[in-house]
Amino acid sequence: MPYDSAFLLRAYRTMKTIRIFEERCIKEFEAGNVPGFVHASNGQESIAVASCIDLSDTDIIGSTHRGHGHSIAKGCDVIGMMKEIMGKATGLCKGKGGSMHIADFDKGMIGANAIVGGGQPLCNGAALASKTLGTKDIAMSFGGDGSANQGTVLESLNFAVVLKLPHVFMFENNGYGEGTGANYALGCDSLADRNRAFGMPSEYVDGTDFFATYEVCKRAIAHARDGKGPFAIEAETVRFDGHFIGDPQLYRGKDEIKLAKKNRDCIKIFRDRVIKEGWLKAEEMDAIDTEVIALIETAVKEGLAAPNPDPETDLMADVYCSY
Amino acid sequence: MTNKIKGPSSIKTYREAINDALRQEMRRDPRVIVLGEEVSGGAGCEGQDDAYGGVFGVTKGLMPEFGRERVIDTPISESAIIGAAAGAANNGLRPVAELMFFDFIGVCFDQIFNQAAKFRYMFGGKSRTPMVIRGTVGAGWRAGAQHSSMLHPVVTHIPGLKVVMPSNAYDAKGLLIQAIRDDDPVLFLEHKIMYDLKCEVPDEAYAIPFGEAAFPREGTDVTIVAISNMVHRAIQAADELAKEGISCDVIDPRTVSPLDEESILESVEITGRLVIVDEAHERCSLAADISSIVAEKGFSSLRAPIRKVTAPHAPVPFSPVLEDAYVPSVERIIRAVKDVLGA
Repeated sequence: MPYDSAFLLRAYRTMKTIRIFEERCIKEFEAGNVPGFVHASNGQESIAVASCIDLSDTDIIGSTHRGHGHSIAKGCDVIGMMKEIMGKATGLCKGKGGSMHIADFDKGMIGANAIVGGGQPLCNGAALASKTLGTKDIAMSFGGDGSANQGTVLESLNFAVVLKLPHVFMFENNGYGEGTGANYALGCDSLADRNRAFGMPSEYVDGTDFFATYEVCKRAIAHARDGKGPFAIEAETVRFDGHFIGDPQLYRGKDEIKLAKKNRDCIKIFRDRVIKEGWLKAEEMDAIDTEVIALIETAVKEGLAAPNPDPETDLMADVYCSY
Repeated sequence: MTNKIKGPSSIKTYREAINDALRQEMRRDPRVIVLGEEVSGGAGCEGQDDAYGGVFGVTKGLMPEFGRERVIDTPISESAIIGAAAGAANNGLRPVAELMFFDFIGVCFDQIFNQAAKFRYMFGGKSRTPMVIRGTVGAGWRAGAQHSSMLHPVVTHIPGLKVVMPSNAYDAKGLLIQAIRDDDPVLFLEHKIMYDLKCEVPDEAYAIPFGEAAFPREGTDVTIVAISNMVHRAIQAADELAKEGISCDVIDPRTVSPLDEESILESVEITGRLVIVDEAHERCSLAADISSIVAEKGFSSLRAPIRKVTAPHAPVPFSPVLEDAYVPSVERIIRAVKDVLGA
């Protein structure tokens, strides 16, 4: 057995936690308990988990507007996350950030980002700090196919090569930059090829296959950690929900999501594989499902019950030039 | 607001009025194009074309009428969008570029302030840059720190840019038509909280000149200058105060560059008292600027210190209770008016 069962159970638990968390976010958003713009990552769980499962708390990730999955995979407390998404005082960022600005520096999660292409330059910085200080930590940036066309990202790819930074660029290609097709907005035939042209190793992987994605990430992380410079990955995946929760998704094909849920669900694919190989039993995973559902239920309950920030004391907290 | 409307008109939302202006100008002038992220939506997708019409639906229906050649969905590349608009404007088109959230000027500011804004002056008057940048501004959507800013003071500071901030559908249509016909770069800032606000809007195309304020309430005790969505809160405050016998002169500058200084100074000459209401932070802001203009040019009229009602010096918080406390409220405006009256 190429993977030990503790690893497999951990991978499954984390993916399932993301799935249930996102599905519950959608439900709570619809119930009016989650304000603002929320971008769910259900369908893309395998990439977040495959990318982060071998990272330590001192390795750094930089995320995107669709960042719940990355945060959970990097070890952020889901109860603190739910409170943050609900704008509560005891949330991970004290309710100041919200869904698009979750961060947990103790876990090496330096922030979701509401600016497309905002995170990749910052991850270069984290990688530069690691290289300069000799910590051997690596940085992993997440970006969608849309971000691949942002100037800041193209600059960062070159910059990382020039400075030989320990930075893994993970591009999650879910086929859509908001409501525009990746095939339209990416002028090239292959994002992986384009990234390779910057002068770094670059690979394409089917992101719905946890194991294939994990193996690429393992090579990429080792490459970065060994001081060989950056590595880029394009992982193809499926976004089960809209660009944002409430997006009517008129641009998607008839039955597209239904078919994707049937045939390209990364968690189903994982389950089928580990059962077929005899690596895990269905009952072991079912037991995890029950625990995860209970955990998210707790997160929602605690989130709803958590106190709001107090404008008197909290509005101007963490302001360092006051007038 | 009383606009003298002759001819056929209809009740339109702010969103519809902007759409109307774009459509009419695109019909009139084939050089007018629209470009930006999701301005149509659905490019390269299996589903419907024109799936979005902008994330707030403002440009919906333009692509089916004018085609993808003139309603251009772009990659997520703000520098390239604004630079292409500026370059196209220099070379015969009249582009209307969209920044989905005006906070994204952070990504493309060079193309705005170092490029488009400077061409006409820097090239000795030989170049014209007839472009419009539409962007959504303001808090209230619980959209967090990077999607809610009021950055008009940043661009108002730059010579070579005109900055338009309509507070209602009537002004939005007339000012956008003026902006498109203008030969210089115009930033057209739409407060996202106002998209569903309705008023009567003429069906025909009309242009409202820049630098001419509107006067939604006339009064003699205190002048209130309010910007964008704050105009509505100022009107509410004025109506409340009227019940107590306090008469407010509410001025909506409509364009903040150029700014109708004369109307503000004339009003202060009568009232002797000024309250400025703006959702931006106070330091180095439009509110500070108007305050300094009146202090310098209208000092002898002033009978009380000028008061500014603004957002605090902090980014926009996400939590609804904090965001609500962040944006200037009707109560704060009323308190400021009473303060300057010594009431």
